[in-house]
Amino acid sequence: MKESNLLIKNARIIDPAGSMDEIGDILVADGKISQTGKDIANSGATIIEASGLIACPGFVDLHCHLREPGYENKETIASGAAAAARGGFTTVCCMPNTNPPLDNAASISQVKDIAAREAPLVNILPIGCISKGRAGREMTDLTELAGAGCIGFSDDGSPVSNSRLMSIVMQNTAILDLPVIDHCEDLDLSAGGHMNDGWVAARLGLKGIPAAAEETIVARDIALCELTGARLHVTHISTIGSVELVRDARRRGLKITCDVTPHHLTLTHERVMKAQAGSGIALAYDTNAKVNPPLRSSADIDALIRGIKDGTIDAIATDHAPHTVEDKLCEFENATCGTSGFETAFGVLMSLVHAGWIDLNALINCLTAGPARVLKNTSGTLRPGSRADIVLLDTGREWTVEAKDFLSKGRNTPFDGCKLKGMVVATIGGGSFAFRHSSLRIS
Amino acid sequence: MSLSEPRSGAATREPLPQLSIDLWRHRHVLDLDDFSREETDLVFEIAEGMVEILDRDVKKVPTLRGKTIAIMFFEPSTRTRASFELAAKYLGADTISLDSARSSVAKGESLIDSLRTLQALEVDTIIMRHPCSGAPYIAARHLDTSIINAGDGCHAHPSQGLLDIFTMKQQLGDLKGRKTVIVGDIMHSRVARSNIWGTRHYDMKLVICAPPTLIPRGLPEMLERCALNHVTIEHNLNSALENADIVMPLRLQKERQQSGLISTMREYIQGYQVNAQRLARAKPDVLVMHPGPMNEGVEISHDVAYGTRSLIEQQVTNGVAVRMALLYLIAGGKSR
Repeated sequence: MKESNLLIKNARIIDPAGSMDEIGDILVADGKISQTGKDIANSGATIIEASGLIACPGFVDLHCHLREPGYENKETIASGAAAAARGGFTTVCCMPNTNPPLDNAASISQVKDIAAREAPLVNILPIGCISKGRAGREMTDLTELAGAGCIGFSDDGSPVSNSRLMSIVMQNTAILDLPVIDHCEDLDLSAGGHMNDGWVAARLGLKGIPAAAEETIVARDIALCELTGARLHVTHISTIGSVELVRDARRRGLKITCDVTPHHLTLTHERVMKAQAGSGIALAYDTNAKVNPPLRSSADIDALIRGIKDGTIDAIATDHAPHTVEDKLCEFENATCGTSGFETAFGVLMSLVHAGWIDLNALINCLTAGPARVLKNTSGTLRPGSRADIVLLDTGREWTVEAKDFLSKGRNTPFDGCKLKGMVVATIGGGSFAFRHSSLRIS
Repeated sequence: MSLSEPRSGAATREPLPQLSIDLWRHRHVLDLDDFSREETDLVFEIAEGMVEILDRDVKKVPTLRGKTIAIMFFEPSTRTRASFELAAKYLGADTISLDSARSSVAKGESLIDSLRTLQALEVDTIIMRHPCSGAPYIAARHLDTSIINAGDGCHAHPSQGLLDIFTMKQQLGDLKGRKTVIVGDIMHSRVARSNIWGTRHYDMKLVICAPPTLIPRGLPEMLERCALNHVTIEHNLNSALENADIVMPLRLQKERQQSGLISTMREYIQGYQVNAQRLARAKPDVLVMHPGPMNEGVEISHDVAYGTRSLIEQQVTNGVAVRMALLYLIAGGKSR
């Protein structure tokens, strides 16, 4: 629904990019932020009564999978955007592991065209492939992909093993000033692995993926970053060692950023075996907890939290990875990795705030200004003149995750049935409601 | 005790003794991690009666008459499959035996769909073997039919664990203070894992012995977290064998060398083969077990496999008795 002008009244406005945290109003006119401040006079705008709510920039997700083209049975750009909006996201960067993969300008344009047509309220920013067919052998036409509007380069789940190819790619991306977004995984070390290499893997008889499989490639990428001067973004960082490597590299002034997912911040590898109480079945082998990188240990979570607190970790990204029922209703070893993450992200992350592990402003920073800095674009702020991408949050509202009611086609979530405290009440994209909960008061 | 003596304990018992089966609470047999000491002992007590039946000329009893048991194997197996099938038949059950190569699985049917079909055919119990760890757990979650795990991936093989411990007890009586060494490819061994769980009730020592590449990295932490304090890990077989009462080598698959986990078979044999020379380090009356199938000349020498200390054939016979006991408790349960 198109609203010409909106006036959000009496919200707690948190805009980390503008160092703002105060009670006030936001006036939206012509799809842009017109003004923020106290007691803004109304002149015919639709009024949103937001006392008790937080208003902050729409969330920015650096890593998601929208599956179109090629896997429309898992998700479409339209269904993914609807799920994103419900999760508070107004800018999402989609990975190129579609079919065909986004390894040429026409594919990038196709995604942007579909997005503009079917999901105009959510900014959908495609990521281009590093190598043709994501095969890790031959570099794509990086300049052409950049010209078509991709915001970075990644082969995502099929990371480039060949260090020489990666260094050549980075020489090129350095002058394009776009990040290489790397899923860091040494495929030889992780081969055959299905979960974190630890006591739970030993217990379940599953082959493990050691932390070193991630850390060796993080270390390699950092060295290549130093060699080439490229911008490197390490996505879904998951281990103590990776956080330390990134922290150290940044201390040395390298252009390295990183993100972490909500599930790696809140779930451990024990979740894979956790069985339903009273089921009489001791071990779950829960395929909804199968993700890549795998869920790690509680010590890793502690390191990730420290990374958020000291600014080593710039962003929280969902790695929203919708799958069909059949992809997950099978043997653990045969199940596909990933979790449908848009719609639970904020509620799940609020559990960290309620537990006192991170503060609300740090969380919102990681969902707005942090990722916007990685993208070097104008998203993630409420500064007057910006596109009016705003999310309204009720941090105290309790709700229960019902995967069957997801707007995403992917119902694969390890949080189904979880009681969460903290809900997205409305998402405004370019001045219009992309999502609106029934509790929102409008006059 | 001499190995040529008749099996102790079984001779004086009634075939199917009146036991307190009230404490049996399992609908499925997935692994031994949720078996209490009492439940394990109950299985053994019933198995002793079954051993008696197996000694008869006519082995068939009507205990499970009218029950249907499906034996669904998603990977090749000879002895476990034959053992379960005979166990079911001796108890009078009807059996249907399916293997994945010749069933609709070969046409791409999913695990759950295959098993749902069996459930719809009203079978009472499904005995399943599957190459993926956890497959029977997923089956049990989505089905109402009882599942008996006949081996899942590298995870568990509860009936084997039970028959191994049953065989140890049959030979040694009380296992308190006894030392068993399991040596070989622990990483890929469901037998080792089920023995780790099953032996925890018997105040015995279990030594897990293998080269570092064939032990799961998380095993020490698992033992600690699961309070499996009776288990220690040892990389040197000669040290592990000191004062051992029982040694059980595990099959070493050739794939382990192909995948580079060990350098050569020759080196493995030098370090880890159970042979007469090595056994001299154990107790003089050390017993040798093997879950089969054997790679003679690799993990075990021919003379030891067929020597006077070998219990390998008793294990096979006991396997039928223990599986009869499990079927009696699981499939017989519904009519009680």
